[in-house]
Amino acid sequence: MTDERLTDRCRPTRNRRFSAPLCPIALLLATCLVSSCSGNHSTLDPAGPEAAKVAQLFYVMLVGGAVIWIGLVSALIYSARKKHQHSEQTAGRVILWCGAIIPTVILCALLSYGMWLMPAIRPWVPDDQQVRRVEVTGEQFWWRVRYLDEAGSVVFETANEVRIPVGQPTHFSLKAADVIHSFWVPSLGGKMDMIPGRTNPLTLTADREGTYRGVCAEFCGESHALMAFTVRAVAPAEHEAWLAERRTSDPQDAEGLAVFLNNGCGACHAISGTAASGRIGPDLTAFGERGTLAAGTLPHTAEDIARFVAHPGRIKPGVKMPHFGMLPEHDIKKIAAFLKELR
Amino acid sequence: MKSFIPREVESLWTLFTAPTVWAMHFIGCYAAVAVYCAKAATLDISFDTVRLALGGFTIIALAVIVLSAYLAWRQWGFGSGDPPHDEPTRKDRALFQGFATLLLSGLSFVAVVYAAIPLIFIAECQR
Repeated sequence: MTDERLTDRCRPTRNRRFSAPLCPIALLLATCLVSSCSGNHSTLDPAGPEAAKVAQLFYVMLVGGAVIWIGLVSALIYSARKKHQHSEQTAGRVILWCGAIIPTVILCALLSYGMWLMPAIRPWVPDDQQVRRVEVTGEQFWWRVRYLDEAGSVVFETANEVRIPVGQPTHFSLKAADVIHSFWVPSLGGKMDMIPGRTNPLTLTADREGTYRGVCAEFCGESHALMAFTVRAVAPAEHEAWLAERRTSDPQDAEGLAVFLNNGCGACHAISGTAASGRIGPDLTAFGERGTLAAGTLPHTAEDIARFVAHPGRIKPGVKMPHFGMLPEHDIKKIAAFLKELR
Repeated sequence: MKSFIPREVESLWTLFTAPTVWAMHFIGCYAAVAVYCAKAATLDISFDTVRLALGGFTIIALAVIVLSAYLAWRQWGFGSGDPPHDEPTRKDRALFQGFATLLLSGLSFVAVVYAAIPLIFIAECQR
């Protein structure tokens, strides 16, 4: 539809059904509806078999709901016409069939369909099957990510970003350190709660390369909405090479590292191959490779790193990291530049 | 010959029979599967055995509900009168109770079937 015709339709006239102010609202609503149909954070744009089943379930429920709604509205319109007069017995039969029997059968069918889909949505990986295993722990308000070997031992740790091989299932062991969180990558599958004291399993497979956004789907505190992460699905060979490379780290900026260590950052953060071995905060090894900062909150620039180091609480309310605004600006910039280039 | 089923049930307890069976079935199914999945490694029973046992439990529960519904239907006079049975008489009170019990039995029957549907599709414990 051209702009002129659109404008013409939205012009207020006595015979039109919608007044002028309603047209932009209707267009905005329509835009909102379709804007969530694609992208790296949409259930409706699946990038894996588990997510495809979730999308299929959504469409079946959508069509089923639409058919029921149309039937209901049609019955309402029919009943509103006075010329249709029926006996009390007929009315009783309609109530019995349309109010009890048919809804019961429809609910039974939808429940059975949902149950039938469950094994595909939550694929089962036996303990002895060779798959990539990753342990993710939700903490206020970031994600601790540990890559495990076949024996279940930690190979190395990182944060807020997960890499998985395309076409191969990755088994996630999901934990929580403080309160209940929920691990959800809409493009790759359904959500799974992370409960303190429990380990919940989830298997996800990506069938095309890409970077997918994940979020915490259970309210966990002030910065719950700022607790995101990314899943990078890469070719298996590239993934293997990254795993091998990631086992060792060699920071080049000795001056930046010295400023980092002298100001006590290493008490909470670890950087492989250095004296920084803190476990309270996110592991910062190869931090420069990450696409975002502060669990998907900021773009990964030196300016934003400096801003976060100086006043983390202003960006993520409730964050446990103390502010370092008291440091000389020169030192903060040094730390930011060091982290930005950390490989 | 004396009938196995009492000829007349004049108790409010019959009203609760079907929902009680539904509640017991619901708790039984959830508790059995939860305990089995927590202890699966130490128990010498397969999950299929648990499903079959709960399937049998479901059939028994449905049978009790059907019996409850039959008694209610009989108390309602096999549908000979139309509700709402709101006269302040002994007869209307019995008919109302029969009708209400019949409806509750129908609801309980459907609820037990719904609670049992996962037994058909869930084939293992996820650990």
